[in-house]
Amino acid sequence: MTRTEFMQGNVACAEGALAAGCRFFGGYPITPSTEIAEHMAARLPGRQGTFIQMEDEIASIAAVIGASWSGVRAMTATSGPGFSLMMENIGYAAMTETPCVIVNVQRGGPSTGQPTLAAQGDMLQCRFGSHGDYSIIALAPASVQEMFELTAKAFNLADRYRVPVFLMADEIVGHMRERIVIPDRVEIAERRPLEAGALPFQGGADGVPGFPAFGRGHAVHVTGLTHDERGYPRTNHPKIHEALVTRLVRKVEDARREIADYDAVNPDAEIVFVSYGAPARTVQQVLHDAGDGGIGHLRLKTVWPFPEFALREFRNARTFLVPEMNLGQISREIERHVDQAVVSIPKIGGELHTPGELARAAEGAR
Amino acid sequence: MTFLDWYREDRLPHIYCAGCGNGTVINCTLDAVESMGWSREETVFVSGIGCSSRAPGYIKTDGLHTTHGRALAFATGVKLANPALQVVVFTGDGDLAAIGGNHFIHACRRNVDMTVVCMNNFIYGMTGGQGSPTTPRSALSSTTPYGAEEEPFDLSLLAVAAGANYVARWTSYHVKELTRAIRTGLETPGFSFVEALVQCPTGYGRRNRLREATDMVEYLKTHSILLQKKQRMEREGQEVPPGMIPMGEFVRRNRAVLGARR
Repeated sequence: MTRTEFMQGNVACAEGALAAGCRFFGGYPITPSTEIAEHMAARLPGRQGTFIQMEDEIASIAAVIGASWSGVRAMTATSGPGFSLMMENIGYAAMTETPCVIVNVQRGGPSTGQPTLAAQGDMLQCRFGSHGDYSIIALAPASVQEMFELTAKAFNLADRYRVPVFLMADEIVGHMRERIVIPDRVEIAERRPLEAGALPFQGGADGVPGFPAFGRGHAVHVTGLTHDERGYPRTNHPKIHEALVTRLVRKVEDARREIADYDAVNPDAEIVFVSYGAPARTVQQVLHDAGDGGIGHLRLKTVWPFPEFALREFRNARTFLVPEMNLGQISREIERHVDQAVVSIPKIGGELHTPGELARAAEGAR
Repeated sequence: MTFLDWYREDRLPHIYCAGCGNGTVINCTLDAVESMGWSREETVFVSGIGCSSRAPGYIKTDGLHTTHGRALAFATGVKLANPALQVVVFTGDGDLAAIGGNHFIHACRRNVDMTVVCMNNFIYGMTGGQGSPTTPRSALSSTTPYGAEEEPFDLSLLAVAAGANYVARWTSYHVKELTRAIRTGLETPGFSFVEALVQCPTGYGRRNRLREATDMVEYLKTHSILLQKKQRMEREGQEVPPGMIPMGEFVRRNRAVLGARR
């Protein structure tokens, strides 16, 4: 039955994962993501699931990938320094097309930085952090409700595209408490199994192979080496490498309209904020205070693959204002796609932009 | 069926150098697995990076060839998420004890139900013969050109100290003993560690006056001493010749197990 609760964002994330059928959590404690692990530790055993606290973040993501190949929905949660440690195996997950969910409750960096304060400094790391070319999906929640909903959605996307999916939260949404409506069930799009006779790494029309889970007689060889459609290592064949890596990128990038999730408010406005995560809350306050429809807002829930077409919904836009809790990571991505002025409004140190700061920025752009 | 039915024949020939001991250890492992009566569907081979870790690619089961040093962490996820799967890990001395050292001691401590076969050739073979954590003192390698100065790990003693339920060591010369030890490891609930010392004429032998594969096998044979015999000699005050490596079963016990078949 649908119920309303007052809940912390990190707990809502864990609840969203459980609702989506997540049955394996491997993790290592790190502020400000730890409540996710703690909640999973308490809740998974009662659902025939497995919680394991691994020896470090490298092992955590490795265990999650192993569990995924055993056929269960699996996730981990971490923050900046732990996220950096996971990068090698995140590349492995991309190369081996392993569905998995990685939550990063971002804190101030670089290095150990500000463990208890919020940031959005890992947005490019999640896209480009591992070596080589690949593509991933990243979602950014702006509320406790979205910590629940987007976590559940992340599992569906991971299974649909056989790709690691990131929930790029921040300390503010992770630790805020607010009202949340929990539905009696969430949509679960099951993994498409590998069809008989199909090859485990053959893309088909949409570039996504069916999933050959272990124990089902597929005898699949999974390797991070460049491999052919059977999964056999073929490291000295330029054409095979090109075909494989191009498919890994295209299966995600070509589906970006299908994957994209965003709100476009006041599409006729000339001044348009583009935001994601906690700063979106401030932008919403600015729009509420202005009250005249003169300011637009593109609120991204999907950040990667970047939905550049959403920018074009703002037909009259003269200026895009981009408040981020970093020094302009996504504003640079926006500059690549538009001819209009793009104004980065960076804020680092751990505090959220205030409505006054953003209202003045909007005024200055008029 | 024989153990030969487990080979993925369309991937042969393998990439191992002439005279390499890894093939022997893979044969012994598959012979032991076959003798357990396990089906290919329920058996998963996991590995990290290195010569030894290429083994799952030649076996016709589900296999996970992962990142350098991380095999045991991946295998832990595979086993805990589906305890019905039988998990066997192939690894080498560099993979397991250097970059993977932390995962190794924690997998022993957790006593996860799996069997680990470590092909210890005292060297990084695949990258061309650099020193590893098991390179003997004063041995030559491409990164110890004046002789190794560090004390090597004894991987079997490390596994015993860290908590594995079953630990044994043999060499590629001791085919029957090695096969029996792996079989015991497969039968024993919890973490089983079988160390197989193997010849690497290309990476180790040619720098250390053991250029022919047979030279190195002969060395392993003549420098092996049964663990119990060594202990008895020490008890009785006899001098054990220097450079002798103890072989046999180091521990068989029944600590609590993680990930046992439900």
